[in-house]
Amino acid sequence: MARKKMQGAEIVIEALKEQGVTEIFGYPGGAVLPLYDAIFKQNQIRHILVRQEGGAVHAAEGYARSTGKVGVVLVTSGPGATNAVTGLTDALMDSIPIVCLTGQVPTHLIGNDAFQECDTTGITRPCTKHNYLVKDVGDLANVVHEAFHVARSGRPGPVVIDLPKDVIMAMGAYQEAGKAPAEKYSPRVKGDQSAIAEAVRLLAGAKKPIIYAGGGVINSGPKASKLLQDLVKLSGAPCTLTLMGLGAYPASDKQFVGMLGMHGTYEANLAMHGCDVMICVGARFDDRITGRLDAFSPGSKKVHIDIDPSSINKNVPVDVPIVGDVGSVLADMIKKWKALKPKQDQAALKKWWGQIDQWRAKKCLAFQQKGDTIKPQHAIRRLFELTQGRETFITTEVGQHQMWAAQYYNFDKPNHWMTSGGLGTMGYGLPAAMGVQVAHPDALVVDIAGEASTLMNIQEMSTIVQYRLPVKIFILNNEYMGMVRQWQELLHGGRYSESYMESLPDFVKLAESFHAVGLRATKASQLDDVIKEMIEIDRPVIADIAIDKLENCFPMIPSGAAHNEMLLGPNDKAEKPISEQGMVLV
Amino acid sequence: MSEPSKEVNRHTIAVLVDNEPGVLARVIGLFSGRGYNIESLTVAETDHVKGQSRITVVTSGTPMIIEQIKAQLGRLVPVHKVADLTLEGAHVERELALVKVVGKGEKRVESLRIADIFRARAVDSSNNSFVFEIVGAASKIDAFIELMQPLGLSEVSRTGAAAISRGNKPI
Repeated sequence: MARKKMQGAEIVIEALKEQGVTEIFGYPGGAVLPLYDAIFKQNQIRHILVRQEGGAVHAAEGYARSTGKVGVVLVTSGPGATNAVTGLTDALMDSIPIVCLTGQVPTHLIGNDAFQECDTTGITRPCTKHNYLVKDVGDLANVVHEAFHVARSGRPGPVVIDLPKDVIMAMGAYQEAGKAPAEKYSPRVKGDQSAIAEAVRLLAGAKKPIIYAGGGVINSGPKASKLLQDLVKLSGAPCTLTLMGLGAYPASDKQFVGMLGMHGTYEANLAMHGCDVMICVGARFDDRITGRLDAFSPGSKKVHIDIDPSSINKNVPVDVPIVGDVGSVLADMIKKWKALKPKQDQAALKKWWGQIDQWRAKKCLAFQQKGDTIKPQHAIRRLFELTQGRETFITTEVGQHQMWAAQYYNFDKPNHWMTSGGLGTMGYGLPAAMGVQVAHPDALVVDIAGEASTLMNIQEMSTIVQYRLPVKIFILNNEYMGMVRQWQELLHGGRYSESYMESLPDFVKLAESFHAVGLRATKASQLDDVIKEMIEIDRPVIADIAIDKLENCFPMIPSGAAHNEMLLGPNDKAEKPISEQGMVLV
Repeated sequence: MSEPSKEVNRHTIAVLVDNEPGVLARVIGLFSGRGYNIESLTVAETDHVKGQSRITVVTSGTPMIIEQIKAQLGRLVPVHKVADLTLEGAHVERELALVKVVGKGEKRVESLRIADIFRARAVDSSNNSFVFEIVGAASKIDAFIELMQPLGLSEVSRTGAAAISRGNKPI
């Protein structure tokens, strides 16, 4: 049977529909006009017009992270593609599934330095999981289907499809996803059974166990979070989470010892340092987690569960590597545990928890809200308390406010916390919140922001207003690039080189100029009212919260230090001055 | 876990890939982007029906780095198989070099004699030059080139190593 021919652009849109896409974030331009025409002629897929392509990718990231679906981006050639590069790198670092369609000059002009031409596949090769340049309209549908498969399978990541204009204008036949040739990319999902048995044996025999989980649990889906809780309960071990993993285990549970790493809790880091068995679930021993590598958890047997074999033994050598999807491996571990009915050393576990409780008694996250000046920790805590009982999604920018959000806003469910962990992209939170709100129109979506980061993608306020997305931008305004200032205080003798934000806009008026609502709190007594008003208003809001300008983020493991060399507060000076080696690290 | 070995070893790795545009750039970009060594790299299509190429890459690193290199190669989408020939039993490794030697008289005769010992073939000759073709392990080619140095060595072109496992099993 002869297939009906369609235009390449229509084939792309058809393939997106078949992949279940309902929203795409993008910005038009010459090379993608045929695609925009095809979008115009249908009404199944909604296009969200951003104000800069970088915003489109972050929005798609927020959309993907909060739904578990693939986020889709459409940008034009040349500058459209290069503007997307930061977002693509961000998605690669944080394993977020994205399909980014980029326009390209017609094939006969490729390599000619044509108008708005750039080597998109060349530029994006190191910052995508995979990329394609489609040169034949006959390949279009299959490439789109394969791109979605690659983006969401295994360790998720961004995939770019570069589409020359002549290819999307040519006529060709559509190919359904099911009829595409067998998928060549099939990462291992099921873990090795003998390794799983060894992991269970180690965990059951541990006197001082800890379960350290990360973003891989979120990526594996809500079921994996449930299984993680089951394993933590079965084993009686404490559980700590990475920045990317927050929400994978309920923060309100007593077996949760808080986030670990550079700004993690005292109890989490000391438990990591002192444990005898560590089960790492979908995390990657990042340098923010390990601190000084040669002093990282010196006495422990380590089990590492990860779907990406290249994450295993990359930074920290482990005893039991398990390659597989964390959901599948956790299910197998629980099954093995239940079959084995191991007898644990309850006395040792009790002693271990006694030790952890002693560490907890340090109350490393304690702060004092006194007087009129708003402490940032207090602002986040009140935001947390006043948003309880609502479906709330939090995004952040990057810096001090991000760490305070991670420390003082407690997450009990996965997929409700969106932050730029690996790349640390300032300007992520506002567009990401936009993407989350598109996916969850009735939920409360708050971008916990700093005034410096907010300005990096402030143009997206215009998008937020256009699509009536009631996003709340909660700015902790200290008129500094706070984290830069903190490091300059710690490492560079308090010489605050270029970290002071002069000439800041009036954020209330700025909000109003975008036809959004601007609110401000400058005194602690105003804070609750501003937060409540922000929540109640069914429109986009910028809430400008003037906080203590010189507050620092604690606890902190200084760079180049070990977990047991944490600084708990401003009065806690490092025993040794930070070494040259430590200063080199960021 | 006990401290892993810091010893740096040379490894020959065979990689089967789809012969599609950009695949070589992907592999080379991986090595440069992550700071791995490439001692040599050869590539050509080896299966015209399936459209697959075989890349042979000689690299060096500690066991942890070598493991990383293999894992990173393995997760590239167009990569079908990664085999560490150095670890997976015995293998044969060969390189081809074309060596141009310019000279007259006794030196010219001497270069022929040495070529004979090394089983190199003269594939081009003029009044005052030879081009020798030599096949063997990299160390043999190095030795040959060194001996040609005083005899008028003018130019060398080497292919880099191609390698295959010994015995009846494919990788």
